[in-house]
Amino acid sequence: MNSIISVSGLGKSYASGHVALHSVDLDIREGEIFALLGPNGAGKTTLISIICGIVSPSVGQVLVNGRDIISDYRQTRTDIGLVPQELHTDAFETVLDTVRFSRGLFGKARNDVYIEKLLRDLSLWDKRNAKIMELSGGMKRRVMIAKALSHEPRILFLDEPTAGVDVELRKDMWNMVRHLRDTGVTIILTTHYIEEAEEMADRVGVITKGRLLLVEENDALMRKLGTKTLTVHLNAPLAALPEALRSWDLTISEDQHDLDYRFDARGGQGSVPALMAALGEAGVGYHDLSTRQSSLEDIFVGLVHSGDAADALTTQGADA
Amino acid sequence: MSGRMNWRGIAAIYIFELHRFRRTIWTSLMTPVITTSLYFIVFGSAIGSRMTEIDGTDYGAFIVPGLIMLSMFQESIFNASFGIYMPKWTGTIYELLSAPLSPLETVIAYVGAAASKSMMIGLVIFATAHLFVDVSVAYPLAMLAFMAVIAISFCMFGFILGIWAQSFEQLQVVPMLIIMPMTFLGGAFYSISMLPEPWRTITLFNPVIYLISGFRWTFFGKGDVDIGISLTFVAALVLLCMAVIGWMFKTGYRLKK
Repeated sequence: MNSIISVSGLGKSYASGHVALHSVDLDIREGEIFALLGPNGAGKTTLISIICGIVSPSVGQVLVNGRDIISDYRQTRTDIGLVPQELHTDAFETVLDTVRFSRGLFGKARNDVYIEKLLRDLSLWDKRNAKIMELSGGMKRRVMIAKALSHEPRILFLDEPTAGVDVELRKDMWNMVRHLRDTGVTIILTTHYIEEAEEMADRVGVITKGRLLLVEENDALMRKLGTKTLTVHLNAPLAALPEALRSWDLTISEDQHDLDYRFDARGGQGSVPALMAALGEAGVGYHDLSTRQSSLEDIFVGLVHSGDAADALTTQGADA
Repeated sequence: MSGRMNWRGIAAIYIFELHRFRRTIWTSLMTPVITTSLYFIVFGSAIGSRMTEIDGTDYGAFIVPGLIMLSMFQESIFNASFGIYMPKWTGTIYELLSAPLSPLETVIAYVGAAASKSMMIGLVIFATAHLFVDVSVAYPLAMLAFMAVIAISFCMFGFILGIWAQSFEQLQVVPMLIIMPMTFLGGAFYSISMLPEPWRTITLFNPVIYLISGFRWTFFGKGDVDIGISLTFVAALVLLCMAVIGWMFKTGYRLKK
């Protein structure tokens, strides 16, 4: 799949000495949903702000559809729509006027048919003549999305799109994002919500302290790091594994009362009955079982806090 | 986008800004009308009754160009600075910065809209003046051209101020504490030939004197200083503002992080 955004050696430092981004490399594929995960101050917003033209980079280059964002800014910005994290709106404008304004700003001719469809898709048509100040927070969020989509961009940046919105609206947003992807729009979203990335993204990038720790397919990430652990609570302490069990990925706990068995959460469930049978044949008695599955959140927290993702992942930066 | 210029983007901002002006049309137009009327009552009637003529021109008519300039300076600076400061303040500046607009297009849109408002206000004041005094214009086209250039140059100055300002207080400081005193001391209500030395010479260091004098020349065919010098000052002001705006966009000063 072609890269629609190519970031290479991108860095941002401020006069104060603060370095917001450290030489980030990243390729975004056309038509994908890419989730950028990271804690507050990780550099997520700085990265997308540079790509969108709001923040000037200190070093590095960004190409959007093969064009440089600085020397060919007209075309690259025309290709991009941005929904910022904060609800920045012109309070006294009506929904229809502000969306038409955004379309005009990006150099597109007025298209009432498209704008009507857009507002209907976002359940805003009935509110088209309402002033933005009269809308709820959720509705304002939809207006921001409508503004970002008003010029029919090929790439949509959503900076924390569901921050502070209720569950219903969050689900609506997820559906909308999937629908947009189906129409060919490439979507890059930043989020704190791990389940959001897990639910929607094709690929996930983890950024912290201005460094991109990993970029990985969502499925592959879960396959690699999304392991399940079965703990077998033994009837009697076990000092060493019997010969018949040595071929299994088993670990004896320090107190010798538990056996931990790690397996692939997405394909290894069939091995559990076989293990139970092997335990019986080896004469290892047990009185209870428990399982624990790692989530994207575990992976994320582990990466961010370990600060040494390279040890954990062989694919770090493969797409970066 | 049509051609090399984003005319639709320019039009979008221009219409947006005029729309804001339309929302506050009564306060926008009535305020200068009432203020001008009060100036005519105070200066034209009260003082004018004691000072009938200046350089052969009826005092009431003499102050008309100065009154128009006074309002246009203030309105130009206010409208242009407010126009660009508000997106900074509300955060909607993100949309402007991420749009395919060049600095030139942005300036044309914001300064064009603010200058249009100033021209409207200037013409409304000119019409209001006719209710109080009999004033004729020697060079009508030159008057309109001078008004337009003054509006554009002061709107550019206001645009610079709007980018520079980081609070509403800063937005008010320059027009209230610098421009207004300079205008009052710049011959808006008197001829500098009436001043004794050294005040007359000191007044010549006030750039506003050249602007008001030039505008007065379009009305009466004469001013405090030569029209050529006035035009040179106007051109210098325009070029200076363009240079500062160019630098601001090039460096992203208080626009981009």
